Amino acid sequence: MLANYGYKDGSGDYFITIDTDRCNGCGDCVAACPSEVFEVLDEDPNDPLRDEPVAVVAADKKKKLKYECSACKPVSDRPPLPCVEACKAGAISHSW
Amino acid sequence: MAEEKQEEFWRWTESNWRNPDLNWTNGRFITAGIDVGSVSSQAVVMVDGQILAYSNMRTGSDSPNSARNALKYALEGLEIGEDRIAYCIGTGYGRVNVPMADRTITEIACHARGANFIYGPAVRTVLDVGGQDIKVIQCDERGKVTNFLMNDKCAAGTGRGMEVFADLLGVPVTEVGERSFRVKEEPSAVSSICVVYAKSEATGLLRKGWTTEEVLAAYCRAMAERIHSLVERVGATPEFAVTGGMAKNRGVMDRLMNIIGIERARTGWDTQIAGAVGAALFAHALCRQGKGGKKGLDPR
Repeated sequence: MLANYGYKDGSGDYFITIDTDRCNGCGDCVAACPSEVFEVLDEDPNDPLRDEPVAVVAADKKKKLKYECSACKPVSDRPPLPCVEACKAGAISHSW
Repeated sequence: MAEEKQEEFWRWTESNWRNPDLNWTNGRFITAGIDVGSVSSQAVVMVDGQILAYSNMRTGSDSPNSARNALKYALEGLEIGEDRIAYCIGTGYGRVNVPMADRTITEIACHARGANFIYGPAVRTVLDVGGQDIKVIQCDERGKVTNFLMNDKCAAGTGRGMEVFADLLGVPVTEVGERSFRVKEEPSAVSSICVVYAKSEATGLLRKGWTTEEVLAAYCRAMAERIHSLVERVGATPEFAVTGGMAKNRGVMDRLMNIIGIERARTGWDTQIAGAVGAALFAHALCRQGKGGKKGLDPR
């Protein structure tokens, strides 16, 4: 499942997509993110019949991703995003 | 001073229904799903995965009470006590405030499952336009979510926005759709998608001499464009089903489907109950897996 967390407002689209078929709930993204955007839950809230851990974007972060993620997104010479780098399964992507 | 008559143009009809052909007394599992949304609340009671009764009401200021009232209204005229309900699942924005719920499930999962039931298994895209948020979900033939997004940061293009507009223009919210087509020429959309700014823009348009119908058309178009921008992100694979109260507004939906370029699926069920239907179905699935039914109903 592609879980798109975030929002769209007048200034643009700010979504972090987690591919839950690839995510194994290892938690490497949680450790890598300086803004504590991710958390690992024991059960996917959007797939209640599957009992496996999965990473999600924390509820208190998903409405302000533009600001939470800004530290990792300088306007020029943007380095690879720590969360995307940390995820060996390649489950995380950003829309902006 | 003459007393001003306060009319409630935003008000829509609350309803309940029971299935006359279903005999619940022989049922193995009676389950319930309660969807407490930001604007409306629904309760669906199922017997072995078939809808026995449902209700659709406005959410009050007290979520636990809204949940209780919705369930009571659904069970009206049925001799079912709440203790006979094997498993109850709460969903929706106020799901943590459903006192009788045995557990909660997100509205994303419930809407996909519910749309799969009320529209049929051919549904691949579910658009839910609720009171304060918009969800776009793709699902498989079993109603399992494969891709979703939910925009709950901004209420532009949602049901509550439409209620505010109906009130502003003095048009009953249930008539907005029809009346928005009574225009000689389709106007362009209001430029602002924000409910607050769109409202002041509409006031300006009326002053400029636009008819109420033209303003409604311009607003419906703006909402359709706003919803489309979210649908685009996930994709609109047929069959395309719409749930939530906005599915009943042809003014927005016909314009939206026109932009997308496909027909939307049809159903005889109330589109607002999809979330609660999904919740009741999950409750049934959990009972069958032996994870529910803890209220002492011996499984036969």
